[in-house]
Amino acid sequence: MTEVPISWFLTLSAVLFVLGVAGFLFRRNIITVFMSIELMLNAVNLTFITFSYQLKRVNGHLFAFFVMVVAAAEAAVGLAIILTIFKNRGTLNIDDVDSMKN
Amino acid sequence: MPASFTSAADLIRLLPEIILTVMGTFLMVLDPILHKRSSRAFGHLSILALAGGIGGSVYAYAHAGPAFGGMLMVDGFATFFRVLVMVVGILTVLPSYRFLNRQDAETSEYHALLLFSIAGQCLMAAANELIIVFIGLEISSIASYVLAGYLRDDKRANEASLKYFLLGSFATAFFLYGVALIYGSTGSVNLIAVRAAISGQNAPEPVFLGLAAALMFVGLGFKVSAAPFQIWAPDVYQGAPTPVAAFLSAGPKAAAFAVFLRIFMTAFEPIGGGWEPLVWISALLSMTIGNFAALLQSNVKRMLAYSSIAHAGYVLVALTARSETGTAAAMFYLAAYALMNIGAFAVVSHLSGRGERYQNIDDLAGLGQKQPLTAAMLAIFLLSLIGVPLTGGFFGKFYIFKAALDSHLYWLAVLGLLNSAVAAYYYLRILVMMYMHEPGEAVEAVEPLSLGLRAALILPAMGTLFLGIFPAWVLDFAGKSAALVK
Amino acid sequence: MPESYTELYFPVLVQAICAMALAAGLLTVSFLLGNRVRNRVKDMPYESGIVPTGDARQRFSVKFYLVGMLFILFDIEAIFLYPWVVVYRELKMFAFVEMLIFVVLILSGYFYIWKKGALDWSGADAASRKR
Repeated sequence: MTEVPISWFLTLSAVLFVLGVAGFLFRRNIITVFMSIELMLNAVNLTFITFSYQLKRVNGHLFAFFVMVVAAAEAAVGLAIILTIFKNRGTLNIDDVDSMKN
Repeated sequence: MPASFTSAADLIRLLPEIILTVMGTFLMVLDPILHKRSSRAFGHLSILALAGGIGGSVYAYAHAGPAFGGMLMVDGFATFFRVLVMVVGILTVLPSYRFLNRQDAETSEYHALLLFSIAGQCLMAAANELIIVFIGLEISSIASYVLAGYLRDDKRANEASLKYFLLGSFATAFFLYGVALIYGSTGSVNLIAVRAAISGQNAPEPVFLGLAAALMFVGLGFKVSAAPFQIWAPDVYQGAPTPVAAFLSAGPKAAAFAVFLRIFMTAFEPIGGGWEPLVWISALLSMTIGNFAALLQSNVKRMLAYSSIAHAGYVLVALTARSETGTAAAMFYLAAYALMNIGAFAVVSHLSGRGERYQNIDDLAGLGQKQPLTAAMLAIFLLSLIGVPLTGGFFGKFYIFKAALDSHLYWLAVLGLLNSAVAAYYYLRILVMMYMHEPGEAVEAVEPLSLGLRAALILPAMGTLFLGIFPAWVLDFAGKSAALVK
Repeated sequence: MPESYTELYFPVLVQAICAMALAAGLLTVSFLLGNRVRNRVKDMPYESGIVPTGDARQRFSVKFYLVGMLFILFDIEAIFLYPWVVVYRELKMFAFVEMLIFVVLILSGYFYIWKKGALDWSGADAASRKR
């Protein structure tokens, strides 16, 4: 059986990234929007790991670790912010969180 | 593999970040122990840490060079931006004393978050590897997402925080994807190695590189609030607590531009012809959208937000020039911009009152009669934002357009100058409001200047005038440092 | 031996197909032969079980989310221990000092949330500590 070509992984991560972007732009629930961002970061992780494998270098794996840790910190802060929004407004629809205009 | 991984020199070159992190952690732990006692001391401690950080980065500059196997590069450029963001930090803490007291929100967490954010920005300024840039960017951003929503019972602050968080992380993901593509196509994330790989014999696919550069441009464009990625800025600056908005408009922006300059002038310099049109368009859009939208605003914070978008556009003009003079001009402009903008925000913070009620341009009416000193300081900042001679803003614009003309960007320079003329209108409107109108409700209710606020107004005003009268002193340093970028 | 690799896993494939066919077959047969009765007792979540009370979609206490978020953080931070363990012998003292600094930073964060009362489930004295 032949090995799975590298380009497939890259295509998969590109597709995941684009799905994340689309989710960010078109979804209206804040939690879903936030999950789309996490999807984008994980797509990047897949790219890092793929390149690390292709280049036979270990540092790509380490970059993925750093990205995961940063994503976790971001998730904690993000969920806390979303929680305060929900507490103060009772909604998670992104269109309702738009009070500042002239 | 080297025998020793960390030398004393490495640690010295990381000194500012170490000082800020240690003090930030200390302040964070202090909060649950003390329960809001001696709240003024928190501010004193963070000013102490920032002053120590400035000292530390000057000391690090005396031992300039790469650190941690080339991950950091401590040179004049890094030192310039490190000192700049820490000065911005001090100028943020000074008006915060009164502000936090008025909102009943004096905690050491505020100062801890501020110090963490600044530590991240220092790291960005010195980063010489894309992953370090990413880590610095996130340290800076995550702390500032929380800062933007610091007043957690305030609906507008919540909203500002949410928007800043969502769009900021979105932008980071773009930047990171660019980093991943660079890693894949050049096999390295070190800026110097990337540059060598790009300009070397078997250069990577131009499509790949172009995509990576474009993704990183999108990510950084969001961070510096350049058009067409500026949508978050007005809401965030309006909703965030005013001292925080001042900080956001100066600190993270300066650090993001430092990264912008370093990446695009070092690693991507060989493919400059490719990204120049992109930056050209973004510069023009930022200036035009920022200035014309600012004309329509009645909220001062929102107006300053749009004006900060326009100022990002001016700095992008300097980047488009793709020359050492352009880089030096951008550095000078960012310093002048940080001082004048943070000063203008400090006046708004002073006037806004409890719960930040007074934020409209009308609320400034009659300030000249009631508090001549405050009005005079705001006048200096506004004149500098317009770019009137004898202020830092004038020389900033002058050097930027000179750099643009040197690089034969005639159209961009002309359009930029026209834009500055438009901008003069909305700044002058505030001046007229201050001096030509009778005092209104807001100005009648204004408290006398506290010591911290007095310092927060006078220091940047002096800095602005200093840059306007003796520009050579800073520009020489910027020029020397700009040469090091290459 | 890529060819034999396929051969090696062929039985697994056959078994998977058989299992799926069996499951699908049983479901179809019971669908076709069984008679359907619908009444209130039949439609309960647990037929002849304990009668459920209230709505399943209750709101959890905000404490739950707080602990969840903190768990994400501390859980993921441990990821750095894995590469550290791999190179620990090579780096000797340096690795030890590095990890010591890292753990002290994590612990100061832990100390902070603990003293803030974020880990206090009962919430008795957390309210008094908030801001």
